[in-house]
Amino acid sequence: MRLDRSALPIAAFVALAVVVAVVPSFVSAFRAQQLAYVAIYLIALIGLNILTGYTGQISLGHGAFMAVGGYTTAILMADHGVKDIWTIPIAALLTGTVGFLFGLPALRLSGLYLALATFAIAVSTPAVIKRFEDFTGGGSGINLFGIPELTASLTPVTVLGKELAFNDWLYYLCWSVALVGYVLAWLLLRGRTGLALRAVRDSETAAQSSGVSLPKYKTLAFGVSAAYAGVAGSLFAIATTFVNPDTFPISLSILLLVGVVVGGLGSLAGLIAGAVFIQFLPDWSQRVSNSPGAPSVVSGVLLIALMYVLPTGVSGLVGRIRLLTRRG
Amino acid sequence: MTLLALEDVEARYGPVQALRGVALEVPEGAIVAVLGANGAGKTTTLRAVSGTVRWSGRITFAGKALGGGPESVARAGIAHVPEGRGTFTELTVNENLRLGAYTRRVRSLQADIDRMAQWFPWIPERAGQQAGTLSGGEQQMLALARALMARPRLLMLDEPSLGLAPMIVREIFRIVRELNEQEGLTVLVVEQDARIALQAASDAYVLEVGRVAVSGPSEELRENESVRRSYLGY
Amino acid sequence: MADFMQQVVAGLASGSIYASLALALVLIHRATGVINFAQGEMATLSTYIAWTLTTNHGWGYWPAFVFTLIVSFLGGAAIHQGVIRPNEKGSVLRVVIVTIGLLLAINGLVTLIWSGEVRAVKSPFPTRTVDVGGVAISIQDIGTIGVVVATVVVLWFLLQYTKLGLAMRAAATNPGEARLVGVRVTWMLSLGWGLAAVLGAISGMLAAPSVFLDPNLMAALLIYAFAAAVLGGIDSPVGAVVGGLTLGVGLNLLGTYVDFVGADLRLPGALLVILVVLLVRPSGVFGRREVRRV
Repeated sequence: MRLDRSALPIAAFVALAVVVAVVPSFVSAFRAQQLAYVAIYLIALIGLNILTGYTGQISLGHGAFMAVGGYTTAILMADHGVKDIWTIPIAALLTGTVGFLFGLPALRLSGLYLALATFAIAVSTPAVIKRFEDFTGGGSGINLFGIPELTASLTPVTVLGKELAFNDWLYYLCWSVALVGYVLAWLLLRGRTGLALRAVRDSETAAQSSGVSLPKYKTLAFGVSAAYAGVAGSLFAIATTFVNPDTFPISLSILLLVGVVVGGLGSLAGLIAGAVFIQFLPDWSQRVSNSPGAPSVVSGVLLIALMYVLPTGVSGLVGRIRLLTRRG
Repeated sequence: MTLLALEDVEARYGPVQALRGVALEVPEGAIVAVLGANGAGKTTTLRAVSGTVRWSGRITFAGKALGGGPESVARAGIAHVPEGRGTFTELTVNENLRLGAYTRRVRSLQADIDRMAQWFPWIPERAGQQAGTLSGGEQQMLALARALMARPRLLMLDEPSLGLAPMIVREIFRIVRELNEQEGLTVLVVEQDARIALQAASDAYVLEVGRVAVSGPSEELRENESVRRSYLGY
Repeated sequence: MADFMQQVVAGLASGSIYASLALALVLIHRATGVINFAQGEMATLSTYIAWTLTTNHGWGYWPAFVFTLIVSFLGGAAIHQGVIRPNEKGSVLRVVIVTIGLLLAINGLVTLIWSGEVRAVKSPFPTRTVDVGGVAISIQDIGTIGVVVATVVVLWFLLQYTKLGLAMRAAATNPGEARLVGVRVTWMLSLGWGLAAVLGAISGMLAAPSVFLDPNLMAALLIYAFAAAVLGGIDSPVGAVVGGLTLGVGLNLLGTYVDFVGADLRLPGALLVILVVLLVRPSGVFGRREVRRV
């Protein structure tokens, strides 16, 4: 089920929506919270997928965009009394703009260099956050627990006649946003826009000579992708009820790229698989070994093995990305 | 004796079949030319010998089957000057020469380098110059000198005349002929310029779409008007 | 003035650490066209090995140092042969993913074996200062600079004046032609990775006494090294060294004399360098402009 194929299997999507709707009735509150995080990662992955899978621009820095979204939400809620839900579109807009602005100079970077630049941004993000502490609360971060702007944090909220505690409400919020986000991405990527984006990925030169405006589509991709990450970050802040510089470390950016690669490009199922992978990896690694560092080893080895065994990637990801700066 | 023999050699680039069963022989001490139009498979033939492209069939060199990658072919005593010269443009003239002798274990290369000066008198002055800054003709000669540093049993030249002025091309072929006469160097040369190749070579093979179309002593090919017209372009 | 000189020397010392790692990155990029995101973690692993030898097995510092270099060399070559080579023909993304995978795996491995505890590492150099023309200069700084300078000189000699070095340089720039003269290009590239690992190990072992040893030792250092390599030109060894030293001194002076910067903004400062250079002059100060063939 490719993200852009014209005949979106409506049935499959509806089935998914139904499943999403009923799951919380069957699982514990803790599990619901975990699944909420899956949705959050899914949103970020949809965005990253648009960027890397569709225009072939490698980003090792999407954690930084999540940080922008997360801090936007936190600051709006804590300092300006904005209700959590309303911060989400604001975060999307803000992060999308940042992404778009970054996309402009990024036009001049390709392949490895873009990866390098985004990597550096992601590593430096915590330090930058700490430096502007008047604004961001510095090392101590911003606490959202128990504030009135955070829905359902102290008392359950009633939605459509049903009473929801925090975890369940969070679950429904995240998954609603995720499903809406998926549909929006699907609408964006079918037809001319998606075709143009894929043309950019497969051969920039050919795309240009066919009249596809490179700058327009590449920066568009960056902006949209960042907006998604911003939304994910925003929800992340709401979910963890707390942000500080270490909430969005470099490992998050790396894991997002890992998620896109492992899950595979294009298919919703693949992206969900990627999101599940990101969320549950630490748990699974614990079964292999209880020591810290095990999740890292597992993901690292998995990545390497994946490239070795399935060089064309799960769902044909890597093989379909032919970047011009390949070593010739 | 036959130094190099190709039998039913096939090669492809992906879906494109470049060689469809090429057979040729290079006697020791001879200069043999491989001619033909663009895309006929001339360069691919050399690449098959040097192991730069995957091939099937049989290739024997000095009586033994030839196989493996370029590194082992070089070690066997075949020097391949590729299309486009293949000089190490970022290294100096001297370094290019030293690299040529890479497969030989000699204490000092100075004697060999002096020998090169004999054939290419301009080399000593430019020893420290970056090879990429040399002219096209000089780079071709450097590539030739580099190949000679290996003291090969077989020298393979791929389109030495490409992009060079006629005078320089004549000079290069003169040197090749002298090396052949004075030192008995066996040469297999691929050329677009059939005329000058036939003047130097004793035998020639004309390739067409990956197969040998015509072959024989150069004299015969030169004098045969229809061969000249159809295959050699003059 | 004396204070200034001290800061310059200190900057040179940290700069040489950046230079060493940057040189490793440049070597690998020049030879295999890969940006090795795992270079820092490889260096961290080497540093832990040295630390274990001296602390848990009673080895002397310098014997452990040399042994670690040997192990690092072999490890780097092995990684190239086993992990990188199969992916060399793939796309850029594939290679990036593989080095990221290495980063994760090695980082995790280090945490697994040695735990995340922060440890203090003793410096091989006395922590005294020495009086040079009225300026108190730390012996450790001098020692650090000395080790890196010696390493660079040895490397320079190896690459410029030996047959092996010539073969390595040829393999890096013209692998096809190098094969034709009989150079075993793949081995040369593995050698390059081995040497790069050695440089990284030196970087880590010199940095550890000041920044303490934990699994994230090299994370920030990697960014400084990237900045140095990008500044000097990602394919220029000279550039890496000059870039590293410049960055070291520059960041140090900025941190000391410009209030806004302070100690915390050095990392973002390096980031800024990376971004500005990549945007304004991607080939770096010493690099050559790359032509994109249509």
